Amino acid sequence: MEDLLNAVVLLGNYVIVPGLAYGSQLALGALGVTLVFGILRFSNFAHGDTMAFGTMVVILFTWWFQSMGISIDPLPTALLALPFGILATIGMLLATDRLVYKFYRKQRSPSIVFVMASVGVMFVMNGIVRFVIGPNDQRFADGQRFILKAREFKEATGLSEGLTIKVSQGLTLGIAVIVVGLLFWFLQKSRTGKAMRAYSDNEDLALLSGISPEKVVMITWIIAAALATIAGTLYGLDKSFKPFTYFQLLLPIFAAAIVGGLGNPLGAIAGGFVVAFSEVTITYAYKKFLKYLMPENLEPEGLVQLLSTDYKFAVSFVILVLVLLIRPTGIFKGKVL
Amino acid sequence: MTMNRNVLLFAGMFALIAFVGFAQSWSVALTILNFCLISAIMALGVNIQWGYAGLFNVGIVGFTALGGLAAVLVSKPPVPEAWAAGGTGIGLSIVSLGVTIAAATIASRRMTGRWRKPVILLIVVAGFFITRAIFDPAVQAIEAVDPAKTGYLGGLGLPIVLAWPVGGLLAAGVAWVIGKIALGLRSDYLAIATLGIAEIIIAVLKNEDWLARGVKNVSGLDRPVPREINLQQSDWFIALAGKIGADPVSFSSIFVKLSYAGLFAVVLLVILWLSEKALHSPWGRMMRAIRDNRDAAEAMGKDVTKRHLQVFILGSAVVGIAGAMMTTMDGQFTPGTYNPLRYTFLIWVMVIVGGSGNNWGAVLGGFLIWFVWVEAEPAASWLMNLVTSGMYEGSALREHLVKSAPHMRLIVMGVILLLVLRFSPRGLIPEKGGRERPT
Repeated sequence: MEDLLNAVVLLGNYVIVPGLAYGSQLALGALGVTLVFGILRFSNFAHGDTMAFGTMVVILFTWWFQSMGISIDPLPTALLALPFGILATIGMLLATDRLVYKFYRKQRSPSIVFVMASVGVMFVMNGIVRFVIGPNDQRFADGQRFILKAREFKEATGLSEGLTIKVSQGLTLGIAVIVVGLLFWFLQKSRTGKAMRAYSDNEDLALLSGISPEKVVMITWIIAAALATIAGTLYGLDKSFKPFTYFQLLLPIFAAAIVGGLGNPLGAIAGGFVVAFSEVTITYAYKKFLKYLMPENLEPEGLVQLLSTDYKFAVSFVILVLVLLIRPTGIFKGKVL
Repeated sequence: MTMNRNVLLFAGMFALIAFVGFAQSWSVALTILNFCLISAIMALGVNIQWGYAGLFNVGIVGFTALGGLAAVLVSKPPVPEAWAAGGTGIGLSIVSLGVTIAAATIASRRMTGRWRKPVILLIVVAGFFITRAIFDPAVQAIEAVDPAKTGYLGGLGLPIVLAWPVGGLLAAGVAWVIGKIALGLRSDYLAIATLGIAEIIIAVLKNEDWLARGVKNVSGLDRPVPREINLQQSDWFIALAGKIGADPVSFSSIFVKLSYAGLFAVVLLVILWLSEKALHSPWGRMMRAIRDNRDAAEAMGKDVTKRHLQVFILGSAVVGIAGAMMTTMDGQFTPGTYNPLRYTFLIWVMVIVGGSGNNWGAVLGGFLIWFVWVEAEPAASWLMNLVTSGMYEGSALREHLVKSAPHMRLIVMGVILLLVLRFSPRGLIPEKGGRERPT
C-alpha cells in the first residue's frame, strides 16, 4: 500500500504538477495563436518572440523594482512588473499591425503573405530582444520558492517520496484559470467579444451588421499581447528566460492550437494540456515508479524512458502529424481548414 | 533594357566583392564569394519551392544539416570496430522499424471495423519497444569504441564530392515524407510542419552520437581540392607562384579558395541552367498556373497536390546539395551551429529580395544578402563605436551597446524583408511575364 502511495506521489511530483504548469503555459500561448488565427486568419510565427519581448520588458521592470527595493514578498516581483510588460507588448503589437499587417489586410492578401510578414516581424523582435537583454539565460524569480517542500511533505505523510510544489507552478495554474475565465467571459458576454466571435465566424456578415473590423483587430492584438506576456513571464518564472527557448516554444504552441482546432479557444486550452502531458509522460524515466509497483525480481534495468528529453520537440511534432493525418480540423473542429 | 539592368546588378555585386578584395584582403573576398555561391544555390532551391509553386518552407536549416550529414557519411572512413560492435544491431533495428511501419500501413489500409485502431496502436507500440530493445545496446556498444576519436560508425570512405548528390537525396527523402503529410492541407500547415521537422533533424544530429558524433563534431573531412601544405611543397606550385610574383604561403590559401569557387560555380551554373530550363518548359508554366490560380489549374485536370509534392522534393534536394557543399568547404560537421535564424530566414530574405519566381533574382539575392550579412557585423560594430564615442569610457550603456551590436544584423534583415515585401514584392529582378503576384 505504501509502495503504491509512493509511486503515486512520485508521479505527481515529476509528471502531474510540472505537466499542469507547462500545460497552462502552453494553453495561454496557444490561445494567443488561435485568437489571431480566428480573427486575422493566419498563423502568427512571431508569437514566440512576442512572448520573449513581453517577458523581457517584465524582467527589465523587475530588475528596476528590485534595485529600488520594491517587492511583494513572498510573491515574485515579476507579478508587479507584469502590467508594464503587457502595456509595452500591446504597444509593440499595435505598432506592428499598423506598420506591417494593416497594408496586407487592405490588399486582402492571401494568408501565406501574412505568414511571411509575421516571419519578418519575428526576425525584428528576436533581434530587439537579443539586442536589449542578450542571448543568454536570465533568472528573475525572487520571493519565496516553494509552496510545499519535499521534506515537509515527507514529514507530514511519512512517505519516502516527497511532493514539491513551486510557487511559480501554483501561480501559473492560478493565473491561467483567472485569465481564461476572464477571456471566456469577455468572448461570451461582452458586446465587443460577441462582435469578435461574429467577425471570426463570418467576416462579411459581421461587416454588414456594422461591426468595425479595425476595432475587432485592435482588440485581438491587445488580448494576444496580454496572453503572450503572461504566458512568457510564467514560463520564465517556472524555468528560465532565454530568447532562443521562446522561439522554440513556437512548435509546441502551434501543435497545441492545431490539436484543439485552430481558431477555437476551448480547443487551444485542451491542446495545451494534451501536448504538455504527452511531452512530460513520454520523456519521464519510469524506473523508480516501476520499482515501487513491481515485485523485486521484476525490476527494470534501464531508465524505462520512452524518449530522451532532448527529443521533447519530437513529441509535439508527432502529435501535430497525427492530427494532420487523422483529423486536420483538430479535436474541437477548428473554424477553417 | 531590363537585360542591361540585370547585368549591371550582377556587375555591381562582383564589384562589391572585388572592393572587399582591395580594401580588406583577397582571402576574405574569396571566402565571401564561396559562401555567396553556396547561398545562391540554397536560394535557388527555395525559389523552386516558393517562386514556382508558392510553398512556404520554414525548415531550410534541417535540409541544410542533412546535406552536412551526407558529407560525413560519404567521406569518412568506416570504423570497423564500431561496425563489429553494433553494426548488426543498427541494421536489425532499421529492419524492425521498417517492418513496424509496413505492418501499421497494411493494417490501416486493409482492416476495417472497430478493431482497426487498437490493432494499429498495438503494432506501433510493440514495434517501438522491439526496435528500442535492439537499438539501445547497439548504440551503447558503438559509442564506447574510442569515444574521444570515433565512437560512431564512420562513413563509406568515398570521395566527398559524391556527398553532394547524396545530400540532395537525403533531403529529398525527408521532403517526401513531410510533403506527403502536410501538402494538400492549409498552406500554413506546411510551414509549421517544416519548422518542426527541422527542429527534429537538428536534435537527432546533436544527440545521436553513433551516427555522426553529435555535438562532439566530426572534423578533418576529406577535401575535393588540394591542401595548402601540399601545394606549398610541390614544385609546380612554387614555380607558378614565382611566375606571378606571389608569396607561396599566402597564394596557396588563395589558390585553394579559388579551386572551391570554381567547383561551386560549376554546380551553381548546372542547377541554374536546369532550373531555367524547367521554368520555361510546359512543366514550369503549369507550376506557375497552379500557383497563380490553383482552382483554375485543378479544374483543368492538374493534380495540384502531386505537383506540389514534386516541386517541394526538388527544392529541398537542391538545398541539401548546398548543405553538403558548405560542410565540405568548412572541413567539419558541427551540428551545434545549425541555427534557424541563420540558415532558414536568411535564405528567405535572399529569395524575397532577389525576386521570387526568377532564378537569376534568387542568385543575385543569395550573393547580395550574404554579402550584407557578413559585412553588417563589422559595420554595426563600427557604427556603434561611432554613436557611443560621445559617452565616457567604461560607461555600462556604451559597453552594452557595443557588445550587442552583432544582434543588429537580425533587426536589419527583418526590416529588409518587411520593406521589400511591402514596397517591392517582386524583388530586384522581377519574374518575367505572368500577372502581378498576388501580394
